[in-house]
Amino acid sequence: MKISPQEVERLAKLAWLKLDPEEVKRYSQELSSILDYVETLNQLDTSQVSPTYHVVPQKSHLRKDEIGRSLSQEEFLSMVPAHEEGAVKVPKIIDIE
Amino acid sequence: MNYETIIGLEVHAQLRTQSKIFCRCATEFHASENQNVCPVCMGLPGSLPVLNEKAVAFALKMAVATHCQIQPTSIFSRKNYFYPDLPKGYQISQYDKPLATAGVVEIVLENTSKKIRLHRIHMEEDAGKNVHGERYSYVNYNRAGIPLVEIVSEPDLRNAQEAAEYLRTLRSILRYLDISDGNMEEGSFRCDVNISLRPERSDRFGTKVEIKNINSFRFVENAILYEMERQRMCLEEGKRIVQETRLWDEHEGKTFSMRQKEEAHDYRYFPEPDLMPLEISAEWVSQIRSTLPEFEQVKKQRFMTQYQLTNYDAKLLVQEKSLADYFEQTVHRGGDPKLVCNWILSEVLREFEVSKVACSSLTPGHLAELICLIQKGTISGKIAKDVFEKILKQGKMPSQIVREEGLEQISDAAQLEKVIEFVVSEQGDLVKQYREGQKNKFSFLVGQIMKKTQGKANPKIVSELLKNKLEREDT
Ligand SMILES: [Zn+2]
Repeated sequence: MKISPQEVERLAKLAWLKLDPEEVKRYSQELSSILDYVETLNQLDTSQVSPTYHVVPQKSHLRKDEIGRSLSQEEFLSMVPAHEEGAVKVPKIIDIE
Repeated sequence: MNYETIIGLEVHAQLRTQSKIFCRCATEFHASENQNVCPVCMGLPGSLPVLNEKAVAFALKMAVATHCQIQPTSIFSRKNYFYPDLPKGYQISQYDKPLATAGVVEIVLENTSKKIRLHRIHMEEDAGKNVHGERYSYVNYNRAGIPLVEIVSEPDLRNAQEAAEYLRTLRSILRYLDISDGNMEEGSFRCDVNISLRPERSDRFGTKVEIKNINSFRFVENAILYEMERQRMCLEEGKRIVQETRLWDEHEGKTFSMRQKEEAHDYRYFPEPDLMPLEISAEWVSQIRSTLPEFEQVKKQRFMTQYQLTNYDAKLLVQEKSLADYFEQTVHRGGDPKLVCNWILSEVLREFEVSKVACSSLTPGHLAELICLIQKGTISGKIAKDVFEKILKQGKMPSQIVREEGLEQISDAAQLEKVIEFVVSEQGDLVKQYREGQKNKFSFLVGQIMKKTQGKANPKIVSELLKNKLEREDT
């Protein structure tokens, strides 16, 4: 299965990764060979097998609706690059809202 | 050419749980900025989400109430995109295996009703809230992780009125179930509109446009009306409709293109590895089903037959479940249904907002006792209004106020005769004019008698006695 350099660039953009042309070329080859390897699985007949969403056959654990301790505003804001009056300050978002 | 409008709505409603959907942070609306955050909802390394049982129960209630098929197993997925209001870099949502599918909501229009099919209902987490300044944007993450249900309709709506009524009905169901505030202005109930036009009698859908950023019921109607016209003009001029997301600007009264790059829509969903499949047992569903309340339309019909209320009155009373309950509690305490209805719709709703009546200082006990005092003739309707004001101010029971202030109605004929005697002799000229044929002087005389008794005289008896007296002495 071939992953083109264009596809790598598109994926990099979606994942907000900066790749130089060398990397694009390398990842295109590496991803292609990984997918080729996975492709061998397609030789098996899986029509009678339900999709594996999880490897551990467990059902969801539910918790009671109870309030627990949160981070304090101070603790939280100490982890962010910039803040003002309690809010996290980020470069202006222009496209939405 | 005539066009048919095709509308489908996506509604997001915040569920009123105490804690967030995957962590134990509080969901309160009025907290100070970034006060309700923790490693889980901020996506710090090593933290794991655990699903809130009540959030599931609430979503199930909505799904059962809208006649959906509940999926025995549903899957949470990661919806990947980068945006500052989403600290994890993905939103936990449901994608190919939603909680519920194929529901139906019945909306009531002028004289008909219409069934609107639901495509699906799924659960997801809310994102943070952005405020945009001159040079920076500011993010408050208290909202990140608040449980949401997303309710997606089929494209069954045909005009702005139907869309608005559908929204109103969804909101009513959510509020009757007591699982969401349904407040559009505060953002706990949000709506995206998908809208397209097609030539009448065509069976193919046209290119659809999505409208976002609509935060009131009225704006939804305005946005749809504007967009219908914009698309119609576009088609008339032979142009193509561009599939895009547009924003509604209420100030300008128009929608405008959001112009986003097309790959932004590639969310690369994959199953959330930190959450196991959600299994819903048949027992849980039937237990939920058994707790569903009587909904708005059914209640309205019952009020009309059981209490002989008009369609108009019943409709006003059932607009909030808490108000309808308040009405019935007052009736059960002995108030005449029609009288209770009138008092609630006039006096009570003049004092309190529809949603605040039930938790106001005026209890059904107060109102029922007041109305019983009128029914028994202990006080007049006019005095009752004064007593009502006093209940609000003092919080005392109506009978106590009546007793303490001596407001009982005077129905004793002998006592009233004396007052009538006095007024008739005092107002000799008027009496003369009345007898000469100016019958309108009668009500003035009654007014004088009421005044002399500080409004306590029983107006019906006064009328009778006065009429007798005037006519008797006329001969
Ligand atoms: Zn949290």
